[in-house]
Amino acid sequence: MKRYSVFAIAKEALNYHMGWEKAWASPEPKKQYDAIIVGAGGHGLATAYYLGKNHGITNVAIIEKGWLGGGNTGRNTTIIRSNYLQDPSAAIYEKARSLYETMSQDLNYNVMFSPRGVMMLAQTHHEVRGYMRTAHANALQGVTTEFISPARVKELCPILNIDGPRYPVLGALWQARGGTGRHDAVAWGYARACSAMGMDIIQQCEVTGVRSEGGVVKGVETTKGFIGCTKLGVVVAGHSGQLAEMAGFRLPIEAVALQALVSEPVKPCMDVVVMANTVHGYMSQSDKGEMVIGGGTDGFNNYTQRGSFHHIEETLRALVETFPMISRLKMLRQWGGIVDMTGDRSPIISKTPLGNCFFNCGWGTGGFKAIPGSGWAMAELMAKGEPGALAEAFNMWRFKEGQFIDESVAAGVAH
Amino acid sequence: MSTRLSKGGRLIDRSKVQNFTFNGTAMRGYQGDTLAAALLANDQMLVGRSFKYHRPRGIVGSGPEEPNALVNLGRAGRSEPNQRATTTELFDGLECASQNHWPSLNYDVGVINNTLARFLPGGFYYKTFMYPRAAWKHLFEPIIRASAGLGKPPQEPDADRYEQAYAFCDVLIIGGGIAGLQAALIAGTAGLRVILLEQNAHWGGRAPVDGDVVDGMPAAEWVAKALQDLDKMTNVTLRNRCTGAGVYDHGYVLADEKVADHTPGDGRPKHRLWRIRAGQILTATGAIERPLSFAGNDIPGVMLAASTRDFVVNFAVSPGDRTVIVTNNDDAYRTAIALHEAGLSVPCIVDARSTVTGDLPLRAKALGLRIATGMGIAKVSGGKRVTKVALCMQAGEGAVIEEIACEAVAMSGGWSPVVHLWSHCGGKLTWDTTHAHFRPDATRPPTGADGAAMVVALGAANGAMTAADAMVDAANGTQLALKALGFDAKPKIVSSAAPVQEAEMEPVWIMPYGAGVKLKSKMWLDYQNDVKVSDVQLAAREGYSSVEHTKRYTTLGMATDQGKLSNINGLAILADARNAEIPQVGTTTFRPPYTPVTLGALAGESRGEIFQPLRMTPMHAWHQTQGAYFEPVGLWRRPYTFPRGGETHAQSVAREVNNTRNALGLLDASTLGKIIVKGPDAGRFLDMLYTGVMSSLPIGKCRYGLMCSEQGFLSDDGVVARIDDETWLCHTTSGGADRIHAWMEDWLQCEWWDWQVYTANITEQLAQVAVVGPNARKLLEKMGGMDVSKETLPFMQWADGTLGGFAVRVYRISFSGELSYEIAVAASEGAAFWAALHAAGAELGAMPYGTEALHIMRAEKGFIMIGDETDGTIIPQDLNLGWAISKKKADFLGKRGQERTYLASEDRWKLAGFETLDGSVIPDGSYILAPGLNANGQGNTQGRVTSTYFSPTLGRGIAMGLIKGGLARMGDVVDFNTLSGAPIKAKVVDPVFYDKDGEKQNV
Ligand SMILES: Cc1cc2nc3c(=O)[nH]c(=O)nc-3n(C[C@H](O)[C@H](O)[C@H](O)COP(=O)(O)OP(=O)(O)OC[C@H]3O[C@@H](n4cnc5c(N)ncnc54)[C@H](O)[C@@H]3O)c2cc1C
Repeated sequence: MKRYSVFAIAKEALNYHMGWEKAWASPEPKKQYDAIIVGAGGHGLATAYYLGKNHGITNVAIIEKGWLGGGNTGRNTTIIRSNYLQDPSAAIYEKARSLYETMSQDLNYNVMFSPRGVMMLAQTHHEVRGYMRTAHANALQGVTTEFISPARVKELCPILNIDGPRYPVLGALWQARGGTGRHDAVAWGYARACSAMGMDIIQQCEVTGVRSEGGVVKGVETTKGFIGCTKLGVVVAGHSGQLAEMAGFRLPIEAVALQALVSEPVKPCMDVVVMANTVHGYMSQSDKGEMVIGGGTDGFNNYTQRGSFHHIEETLRALVETFPMISRLKMLRQWGGIVDMTGDRSPIISKTPLGNCFFNCGWGTGGFKAIPGSGWAMAELMAKGEPGALAEAFNMWRFKEGQFIDESVAAGVAH
Repeated sequence: MSTRLSKGGRLIDRSKVQNFTFNGTAMRGYQGDTLAAALLANDQMLVGRSFKYHRPRGIVGSGPEEPNALVNLGRAGRSEPNQRATTTELFDGLECASQNHWPSLNYDVGVINNTLARFLPGGFYYKTFMYPRAAWKHLFEPIIRASAGLGKPPQEPDADRYEQAYAFCDVLIIGGGIAGLQAALIAGTAGLRVILLEQNAHWGGRAPVDGDVVDGMPAAEWVAKALQDLDKMTNVTLRNRCTGAGVYDHGYVLADEKVADHTPGDGRPKHRLWRIRAGQILTATGAIERPLSFAGNDIPGVMLAASTRDFVVNFAVSPGDRTVIVTNNDDAYRTAIALHEAGLSVPCIVDARSTVTGDLPLRAKALGLRIATGMGIAKVSGGKRVTKVALCMQAGEGAVIEEIACEAVAMSGGWSPVVHLWSHCGGKLTWDTTHAHFRPDATRPPTGADGAAMVVALGAANGAMTAADAMVDAANGTQLALKALGFDAKPKIVSSAAPVQEAEMEPVWIMPYGAGVKLKSKMWLDYQNDVKVSDVQLAAREGYSSVEHTKRYTTLGMATDQGKLSNINGLAILADARNAEIPQVGTTTFRPPYTPVTLGALAGESRGEIFQPLRMTPMHAWHQTQGAYFEPVGLWRRPYTFPRGGETHAQSVAREVNNTRNALGLLDASTLGKIIVKGPDAGRFLDMLYTGVMSSLPIGKCRYGLMCSEQGFLSDDGVVARIDDETWLCHTTSGGADRIHAWMEDWLQCEWWDWQVYTANITEQLAQVAVVGPNARKLLEKMGGMDVSKETLPFMQWADGTLGGFAVRVYRISFSGELSYEIAVAASEGAAFWAALHAAGAELGAMPYGTEALHIMRAEKGFIMIGDETDGTIIPQDLNLGWAISKKKADFLGKRGQERTYLASEDRWKLAGFETLDGSVIPDGSYILAPGLNANGQGNTQGRVTSTYFSPTLGRGIAMGLIKGGLARMGDVVDFNTLSGAPIKAKVVDPVFYDKDGEKQNV
């Protein structure tokens, strides 16, 4: 793998950039792999990367039915934070956040992680109490957060309307080390690193069946034929229910459309990420200058990647009220992604009833921020066959036992 | 120089001069001008800077496809960034400024990026700015952010308002060109409800400019007549300045009407956002011309051929004395002819095709215009405006054969139908090799709820590229749509356009065909985002070869025009680089909106006080006059406290608590949820809903009840009253009323649809007052009327009667631990009743109290509060409420959930009371520390606080919370964590801090 650097660019410039090599190879599948990962989203690619990097397993194929990074990884609003309430969540999201800090250097690919700070507004007394609880929990979890005053909120984000009239800002939970990253770059950076380790990224290849023998997985049926493997990691977000069915069991996952939109780009006017749960909306400004805005999920299950318009309207009402100056900006584009929701809004990183078959899913509306941590934990699970401390609580049997990791307690909006 | 011609201009009114300014320079135009036309008329060729390289940018198009001419319009409360000059109607007093440059449009420091362009190819930022690590956040990113972005964000609150409206029709036609008008006439005459939308102020689309003839009349005349006819039909609504923005599921269309953009400050809303439900949607949205990719195709003065024609014909604006035409199709000859007819020079028509045979080239020839076939443009010269073009052989590598001095270049690379609206909701496209474009695939249309097609594309939007074809296609398509609506009659009148014979176009994706990398890195695809042919090829070379990867890697098509000009050209380059056919490469997804929609319009009138519906109790006005401090509770606004004099909130809350405990407090409890559940199966239904038994509740009595989710978690609580044999009244929490009502209906409609139960949420029909405190009974007695004695109306009973002449229903329930009556009156009498209570209660010490005093008093009594003690993870057993769960019932919602191992575990944290050793107040949200760290290195915990207050009654901090072991831990001293560091020590106690035996409430 040729290293990227400013010098490499200068050298290539003299040659009109004719000498750059492919960021990743596109090989035909081999017959058999030590491990197959289904789904080349951020979580799948990160799993493969850490299988190689942390566990030395590089005879790996990553199988993707479309183009890599084209699922939710390439559709999300890229908020990265770890100020979660429950211990297992805080642990894995904080692991991920800390890995994001060094990801560009680690992958030699600029993923533009930008710790610009994330604030979650408290606009009711009830919300104040809720965020005070998160702050107290975070203090014990090693996650640095603070509850800040309305004056400080205004100072950090001058375009915010903190005076109401309907929901004056009473304070905010502030994580200075949260921020945003460049979603495509995360997928591409991992893909390039995986390919450099000799892994096969196979795009335009859909998994259509899971083959097993005596309760142990043997490989996958795909649109490019059967591909054998010793271990199978399924990381397909919204399509997890379908893959589980192929593997012979059911998962408590629902697929719903979550929407987002961007405005036309304007010069910088907002440095931080703001989430407003009471009015239901959140916004940040991308490096390109677009206001990146997140909407809600539909109340019905579907796979259309579109979503209903009224969510856009509701979100914009909330945000125009929260940031009055945006009312003369324009919506450039809206889109949707199919998110995989579990009953407790927490992910599944788990062994399954099928031997050597592992699932990583359920990241729902907020899994971009978790990508490196999730990959790290999933790789450990696949390599060792048993979950490590990060993954343990996220096993799929918790729903049967009622041992939920309920984050909906703390997070009102999708993000 | 671009300038105004002395005559002509079908859309301008020369008698109405409109003065405006651009970057502070005074300019003049005419009514009917677009801002772009007026700028050109004032020789303003340079109008902006590109996004990445800050290259000079001029006007390219004449409509919504324009990527360059974006200006900052207006000032202060009407400042609007990124306004497209080509779709902005000129008005007197308009002020605008160019964007994305510093210090000025002419001298822009950012143009350094252009000098460095070679070092900044597509996606370069992914390969650098990584070291040292901190530099991204502190150095590189701030620089990138400052140089990116386009317009300046508005600083002041919006001076305008926005309106939203709904409309319904059988047939919605989007696009008021001749195809759309044809469709409207057919559907209108058939008697259907028709809405016809046109994004421009004027009707007719291209045909009047192109000189088409319809029904033997010049197109403009036919359009005028068609409008007259349509105007007479009461079933047809015409709406111009209204863009069809998005098509959504089930025939739902979003349209953005620019009501007062051209008349700012006239009192009308700026925009009106239409939500239209249509039986059939007809998209007659026309087509957009494509640029050609030759070196220097981005220099100001290079324009689309049809747009050049628009400026000349519609606005009498000359792009320059000499315009070179470059084309691969016949349509551009119309521009040559129009320019010639306007008395301007067309030194050469450069046609990449080797022969020309169509009617239009023959006419051009007859006019004496020079046509250079088989040729292309090697290069356009000029900096901030075109000075000359160099011609070459299209088949070659770009050797210059001839140079021609000129001020403008009009290019045409063919036409792409506007398929956006067709595609928004799943309509598929097919590649048309004749015209080298994607057009709607009628066999794979967007479908409605019934699985049948809901969108039909008409005319040019359907790939019918001549006026004659478009009219036929429009008639056919409309008939198809009418048939789908059940009207299977032949249209009464169908108009037709005179055919003009056009020869086939020839796809040209690169000019010249054999151009090397040097030329390719000067060929622009996306003018705004600075994406060149070489960038797309680089992306493909590096493996970003899926069309989505290419788009994202190079930012092709991600500019404010969303690729209206660049996408197909970019696709073709990508296909070539991949050695694939264009249809195999496919398009990126077309997403709403078609053109950007102002966020204010999407938010509508939901601003300020009416941002969300505001729910007010009948006593609200009284609270306001008393200076209440309100808090939002759902959509309600409830008094948090009623400060008097200079009291702080803490002081007034303490006063309210003390006064209620010692004398008399009045609480506006109207927000409390009240749901009537009635019917033969109502008792059985409530037994499923509540954990306790409600069917056995005697008439006249009240019972406290808990509701759980299916998972077993406590979701709401409240007192249920049995009204009569078949009727129960369920009180819910204020915030829970709507949710619980929906929850009831969910079960009744989806699961137990055969049970005979009716529910009604009557929360707002009643005003409710809690009369609380030792003097409560005295007050009611003073009011006079029904017997409220302990004997007649004991605790947990209710009765109907009158008090002070008001018809009331009185419940003996208490959430404070004091003697308490909750009294319901009709909402219309709420204010009067409340005032009467205060008047009568004055001598008994009556004072209103707010939600905070309510919360403190219930915490002093150890009563749980939904949302404080519960958070969706708590089961009643955790809160020592096992007594409210029936052991006898076979089933209730949540029963099975609660039987799961983890929920049944003895290790769960359970409710207890806490008293700090030093009397201080435990901070909200604090956790109880346990020794050591868990496997992830996090501090261990064994519980947490759920409610914590300073108790005015006890004069110390009290708290409720959950702790492992619950009440069995009584007497233990534990540590609560704080954000400042030092933990607070507290003793585990009984959560009932006040009147443990309930003597006060039962008097
Ligand atoms: C609008 C929106 C906004 C969001 N905002 C945020 C945010 O701000 N912050 C945040 O942290 N998270 C956010 N999220 C959530 C986040 O995007 C996801 O949780 C995360 O990207 C999931 O990554 P993934 O790799 O699990 O899934 P994906 O990226 O969806 O990858 C799954 C892949 O599996 C492939 N696949 C599926 N079936 C098969 C098959 N049979 N064979 C082969 N391949 C298959 C898919 O094509 C896909 O590429 C948002 C999501 C959406 C939709």
